[in-house]
Amino acid sequence: MNWLTNFVRPKIRALVSKRDIPDNLWTKCRACTQMIFHRDLEENLHVCPNCDHHLRIGPDQRFAQLFDNGEHSLSELPEVLSDPLKFRDSKRYVDRLKDSRNRTGENDAVVVAHGTMGGHNVVLAVQNFAFMGGSMGLAAGEALITAARLAVMQEAALVVFSAAGGARMQEGILSLMQMPRSTIAVEMVREAGLPYIVVLTDPTTGGVTASYGMLGDISIAEPGALIGFAGPRVIEDTIREQLPEGFQRAEYLLDHGILDMVVKRSEMRETLIRLFGFLMSDGKPAIAPPAPTPTSTTDVAQIAPPDETDAPSPGQD
Amino acid sequence: MESNTFLDFEKPIAELEGKIKELRHLTDDSDDNIASEVTRLEAKVDTALHQVYDKLTPWQKMQVARHPDRPHFLDYVSGLIDEFTPLHGDRAFGDDKALIGGLGRFRGTPVMVIGHEKGTGTAGRVEHNFGMAHPEGYRKAVRLMELAARFNVPILTFVDTPGAHPGVEAEERGQSEAIARSIECCLKVKVPFVVSIVGEGGSGGAMAIAAGNKVLMLEHSVYSVISPEGCASILWRDAARARDAAEALKLTAQDLLGYKVIDRIVEEPLGGAHRDPEIAMSSLGDAIAETLKDLNDLTPQQLAAQRRDKFLDMGRPGVQ
Ligand SMILES: [Zn+2]
Repeated sequence: MNWLTNFVRPKIRALVSKRDIPDNLWTKCRACTQMIFHRDLEENLHVCPNCDHHLRIGPDQRFAQLFDNGEHSLSELPEVLSDPLKFRDSKRYVDRLKDSRNRTGENDAVVVAHGTMGGHNVVLAVQNFAFMGGSMGLAAGEALITAARLAVMQEAALVVFSAAGGARMQEGILSLMQMPRSTIAVEMVREAGLPYIVVLTDPTTGGVTASYGMLGDISIAEPGALIGFAGPRVIEDTIREQLPEGFQRAEYLLDHGILDMVVKRSEMRETLIRLFGFLMSDGKPAIAPPAPTPTSTTDVAQIAPPDETDAPSPGQD
Repeated sequence: MESNTFLDFEKPIAELEGKIKELRHLTDDSDDNIASEVTRLEAKVDTALHQVYDKLTPWQKMQVARHPDRPHFLDYVSGLIDEFTPLHGDRAFGDDKALIGGLGRFRGTPVMVIGHEKGTGTAGRVEHNFGMAHPEGYRKAVRLMELAARFNVPILTFVDTPGAHPGVEAEERGQSEAIARSIECCLKVKVPFVVSIVGEGGSGGAMAIAAGNKVLMLEHSVYSVISPEGCASILWRDAARARDAAEALKLTAQDLLGYKVIDRIVEEPLGGAHRDPEIAMSSLGDAIAETLKDLNDLTPQQLAAQRRDKFLDMGRPGVQ
């Protein structure tokens, strides 16, 4: 099977994107309403320089920010049944799909790529909120299964960046079935003894959170990300409860013991690489023999790896 | 048996049954004229039931699946399980009365039974939170499934929930994580696992205990990624379009068998399970017994592999 196609050289892509962005284009930060020049935003990894709000980004940007030198191979994803329910609401599902494909240039919500991070083999599966709210249907499920198989084949870590309102309603029960199917994908990676790390980004709710989103060996979230099972509006409408301050935000979940850590985008790459270093011993014993130090009372902090890694973080030159 | 609650489309049936009741009230059984009139009306009831129930629309099935007199989990337990011994609590926070479980005997064989209980009557519904579980419910389910697997006891689950509870505390205690772990556990246990969807199979809250080897579904039950009301308010921006959403979502047992999401439809008595719970229970019992018998031929490894392959194949082109 042809797993690896379209080897992407990001330097070329970066050149292209620089030319594509005129100096006078700006975006309004949703959090602080500050106007930010696109070029500044790009350089700041799409984080507002004024208020640190993490804007939503797609697979291309993630791959460029995370892989060593941004270099990666995109995985070919299997064909799935299109519109199995012949679904139509105010619009036909096939038309909604077509619109999203035209707008994003992607086939569906999850894009998978393979490369290295700090020298470790890594498969990244990135969910694109811009594609029908990132919703999980047959294509997303199949993408995660492909990503898991690829990780097992390459002895790579699997990292999923989630972003979705939940299941793709237009695929009905088959979208619900992606909960067990994506769970099986996670199990395949676990059984191979490889790390499965989830990075929950804004927003991640519904069946996505309640399956692979919450099954990470390590659960990370970006600052301020909305993460939950039921959406806040659903909770307000059905329960008529006053929602607490910061409810369902990453920091709130961290406080309630649901996440391991909240990591800024600027520190994501080095954090993941550090975790791979702990979990992927690459044949070497995970626990190194004690160094011949004169005393046995080693400060724990000394064992921690340095903050700086060899590979430079993209976008921070 | 007569039902106490009639759905809109059951109105002609309700009227006929009202007449029968009146006639019976008017006289004793010795009056031949009235007796033959009652027989005639009973035949009409039968015809009317056929007319309505032979071609229920998806929206009507939704109403039947939610019928207050439809047998609930605890009814199935008392009808099908001997020596039921409830086991309580998640060992961390509390005991969820919306998701109940315990050990018992099904036709002689020890089993672990787990199911959503919607509750009966206003007080009962509140006590059981309308069958909407909190994280501690799913965590109890995981505990019980693991217990069953350790002692090689088959697992029977009964699905009947509008969905997982949407609330502040549920979120704070990790509703998503609890559901995810429960699905993971369903897929892993190496014992026969039979799921019965007996009423409303509502989204992730249902899925949490529904990833079994075989999924049986009562004829008029529904199983869906979202309620028709929820779907309508999101996609049509109008909850009143729930009828259209119910059509579009393909949530009936008959549709789901076509998608191979379920394995078998269990016939309900004429007029739905609520008209004759005893018959509904014995039909489901027979279907579960046959399914368990088939699964008995599989080794523990084969049981887990069958479950995994079945879900991996689901919805793939050519598999349908
Ligand atoms: Zn800002």
